[in-house]
Amino acid sequence: MMEVKNKIYSINGPIIKIQGPTDFAMEELVYVGNDRLVGEVIGIDQFKTTIQVYEETDGIKPGEPIEGTNESMAVELGPGMLDNIFDGIQRPLKEIEKVSGFQIKRGINIPSLDREKLWEITPVIAIGETVSGGEIVAEIPETKAISHKVMVPPDVSGKVIEVVSPGQYTIDEVLVKIQQVNGNIVEVKGYQNWPIRKPRTVLERLESTRPLITGQRVIDSVFPLAKGGAAAIPGGFGTGKTTMQHQIAKYADADIIVYIGCGERGNEMTEVLEDFAELIDPRSGASLMERTVLIANTSDMPVAAREASIYTGITIAEYYRDMGYDVAIMADSTSRWAEALRELSGRLEEMPGEEGFPAYLSSRIAAFYERAGDMENLNHTNGSVSIIGAVSPQGGDFSEPVTQNTKRYVRCFWALDSSLAHARHYPAINWIGSYSQYLDDLAHWYTKNVDENFIKNHNEMMVLLKEEDELLEIVKLIGSDVLPDSQKLTLQIARVIRLGFLQQASFHEIDSSVPIEKQAKMLDIILYLYDRSQTLISFGFPVSYLTQSNIFNQIINIKYNIPNDHLEELEDYYNKIDAFYEKAMQENG
Amino acid sequence: MAIEHLNLSSIEGPLVAVDGVREAAFGDIVRFRTNQTEEKIGQVISIEGEQCLIQVFDETTNMSLNNTHTTFSGHGMEIELAPEILGRTFDGIGRPLDELGPIHSEIKRDVNGAPLNPVARVYPKDFIETGFSAIDGLTTLIRGQKLPIFSGEGLSHNELAAQIVKQAKLGENVEGEFALVFAAMGVTHDTADFFRRTFEESGTMDHVTTFLNTADDPVMERIITPKVALTTAEYLAYDLGYHVLVILTDMTSFSEALREISNAKDEIPSRKGYPGYLYSELATIYERAGIVKGRNGSVTQIPILTMPNDDITHPIPDLTGYITEGQIVLDRDLQHKNIFPPIGVLPSLSRLMSDSIGAEYTREDHEGVANQLFASYSNTMEARSLASVIGEEELSDIDKMYLAFGNKFEEEFVGQGKDQTRTMEDTLNLGWDLLRLLPEEELDRVDSNILEKYYNNKEYSLKSFSAMNLAKEGENNGD
Repeated sequence: MMEVKNKIYSINGPIIKIQGPTDFAMEELVYVGNDRLVGEVIGIDQFKTTIQVYEETDGIKPGEPIEGTNESMAVELGPGMLDNIFDGIQRPLKEIEKVSGFQIKRGINIPSLDREKLWEITPVIAIGETVSGGEIVAEIPETKAISHKVMVPPDVSGKVIEVVSPGQYTIDEVLVKIQQVNGNIVEVKGYQNWPIRKPRTVLERLESTRPLITGQRVIDSVFPLAKGGAAAIPGGFGTGKTTMQHQIAKYADADIIVYIGCGERGNEMTEVLEDFAELIDPRSGASLMERTVLIANTSDMPVAAREASIYTGITIAEYYRDMGYDVAIMADSTSRWAEALRELSGRLEEMPGEEGFPAYLSSRIAAFYERAGDMENLNHTNGSVSIIGAVSPQGGDFSEPVTQNTKRYVRCFWALDSSLAHARHYPAINWIGSYSQYLDDLAHWYTKNVDENFIKNHNEMMVLLKEEDELLEIVKLIGSDVLPDSQKLTLQIARVIRLGFLQQASFHEIDSSVPIEKQAKMLDIILYLYDRSQTLISFGFPVSYLTQSNIFNQIINIKYNIPNDHLEELEDYYNKIDAFYEKAMQENG
Repeated sequence: MAIEHLNLSSIEGPLVAVDGVREAAFGDIVRFRTNQTEEKIGQVISIEGEQCLIQVFDETTNMSLNNTHTTFSGHGMEIELAPEILGRTFDGIGRPLDELGPIHSEIKRDVNGAPLNPVARVYPKDFIETGFSAIDGLTTLIRGQKLPIFSGEGLSHNELAAQIVKQAKLGENVEGEFALVFAAMGVTHDTADFFRRTFEESGTMDHVTTFLNTADDPVMERIITPKVALTTAEYLAYDLGYHVLVILTDMTSFSEALREISNAKDEIPSRKGYPGYLYSELATIYERAGIVKGRNGSVTQIPILTMPNDDITHPIPDLTGYITEGQIVLDRDLQHKNIFPPIGVLPSLSRLMSDSIGAEYTREDHEGVANQLFASYSNTMEARSLASVIGEEELSDIDKMYLAFGNKFEEEFVGQGKDQTRTMEDTLNLGWDLLRLLPEEELDRVDSNILEKYYNNKEYSLKSFSAMNLAKEGENNGD
């Protein structure tokens, strides 16, 4: 019998230690105990080696073996990730259900990607060509919507000496052989491994000048996010973080969506699975799942895998970016990830920082958000990763460490507000506390592609909302009756903006997602109404005359009444406003 | 034959250490015999070489370093399950409290359960009619949901839960029967008796399994109680096909027990002394609600928690709200106004509601009515705060209407009293009765087609409400 070299010495929840020095490397993937649970080496010194285990450790005994793999914790990148759902360490949940039933048992080792499935693979290079890292060597129709590109691993370059002919292959078969300058031969298969904690190599970071259009007015027209940008959605419970993330995942004009459910509800992942399979992506005509990768570490799954899930997701996102796609990644919620860091840090008896979080919280958050970007890839394609991270502040208090540290590294901050949520104003993004620093970078795009007045209108709206906020302070103290009519009008117009523009019904057939052209027009109509009304007020009409006329409510209801494919009907509203204005002037000439 | 260890190496609060152990596994259940007679149980919470640290689910009174004999069971906490478990009462870790003896069965389940695979879940969509307008209309309870009641000391959360148990209906065409699992953690004997009486009165006693850890029972037991209860619920639901309603009260006591053990272990606390893993612990309990593919039953949870000092930002309600699918928040002001159930509707929420209402499930106007009631009641609140500054007389006409609407809404819609149950239809019609107190142009949350159809049609009206108002109008005319 072979002697067991590395034996478990101590067990404390997900943290396992081996006594004495070992020849394991940092971040090495290891199998722990007789059940072969997945673990990762997170600390080595001359007295002990510390391992973090990604599954429940109940039933594990000291003395059980630990087996090294000489590989670091990595994901498998290849076709079969889209229209699929994985756990935090990329184990395929659909396959797990087949062997383990409705509960996830421990020690299941199934490869992330299907080894049996045959893919239609078309090589796009020929023998004798010189290739370098990142270069596309073959294409695979992964889903109806997405063509998967097989790429040369980033650190490899040389001459192609063998290529398969087009046909059906599994991902385990060698497609291309490359002879490197040093004579070594590298085999390129349908998939590659990549360590999850290391950003994938790119050529250059580009300026973010294209917006990620989400169909949500309060985002696209008020606080826009650039492709390759990073945004945070902080909000207490019940403020609609998850609905927001789902809406963006459904309607954003990204090619690929990576949705990470990190320490959140199981039913939410089920909802995504059920809904996205039924919804049709208007751009590809295929179901939304065909552009979506789901990573689920629900809150009842082991906490160590929660820490890994964020990295698993972003690595997959970067891989699709390398093919030249625009990828948007939803991380719901980064607070659970931070809490997983805190729990593990506590078990390692590290010195705590603020509120028990480890001192490296800030640098970890930074490292995650910095993996977003609009990039020139190694193969000279242009692709982007946009990150939208939900933050669940304790007690809804934005001064806590995760929100504050996130704020330092994102340029787009969509602050959700519980009083708006209580009044069922959704999306409950507070227009006073939120900001987007991308607006200047995107101004050119909006002016050129949407409306030359876009920025001017945006600014006018923001001024009105700010004025309303100040006026409401006064109204709270003395009531609205004492305000002069011009200020009453400001309140009325701000109401139209709030109800008719900022508020958006995610369950409404028409209003759920709105094209940017309609958004711009709607705002323009509201401001035109303001302009005409101001004139009337200056002629001495009371605000009550205006509000009784029903024109305000008609404008509010544009969002429900004008179909998204009949935008020409919007022009009528200018006429309606004009007619109302003329009538008022004639009657009271 | 299991080895018996004769001595302990240390005792500190609820934690004991045993040296020289080779056979223990992490999470093993441990039995202690003290003075040859008393038996206590515990669980291995960390192992370092041959030293085991064990958490005792009982008081450590009477334990000394040399009078305690320790045996490791070789497995985690398990309970035996059989259909006879219905109608029985157990203590917090599943030992019988009635005279009927322990359950013996081949079926043994680990109480920790295992994570539910999201692929295997079925998204819950069928509502449970509770008979309360504030719940059915505004925070609809869905089968397979986890919907906690956030309450405070002295509020009527127990009465509400008891009424829900009495009144809840599964709806038509549902296969399977209701069963109830009731888990009490750290509640007073009075509360425990109250629930027992309720079950007896409503004739549901033989469909209830009770796990009882009262306020004077060992604190550490409470950490296991919800897990034992949910393991039972899963057995009833997924093996026997029952639709199980699980009531867990009080989750605050459970969390405090966790804090106590965490402090004893010298762990670094996060907020208010609670351990950093409070979220994970609560989540592994709440996430055990649901419906799974290929099984008939369902597990619906109504956890009850009392918010210390009525503070909804306290870690326990806060973390709970992040995990559960909404919350029903009780309001002290409404309680003072003698309104039952005293549900504060604005902070209350049912996340599963929007997918499970409408023409297909309840009625086409449900979403509009609910949103409009929320929005209008929120305007009432603003009018009230304005009135408290400038006086009610100075309010504009529309603000006065909102005050009238809000009062009626609280009295009639929320405050329906203990013996009145309403159907979903009645609830929605009453909603329209209330909305008619406001001018049509104020109703900006209802789709215009729905508004047209319902607002001016007196068919959508609750009879008792219109009768009452007619009577009042009569009085006014008589002045």
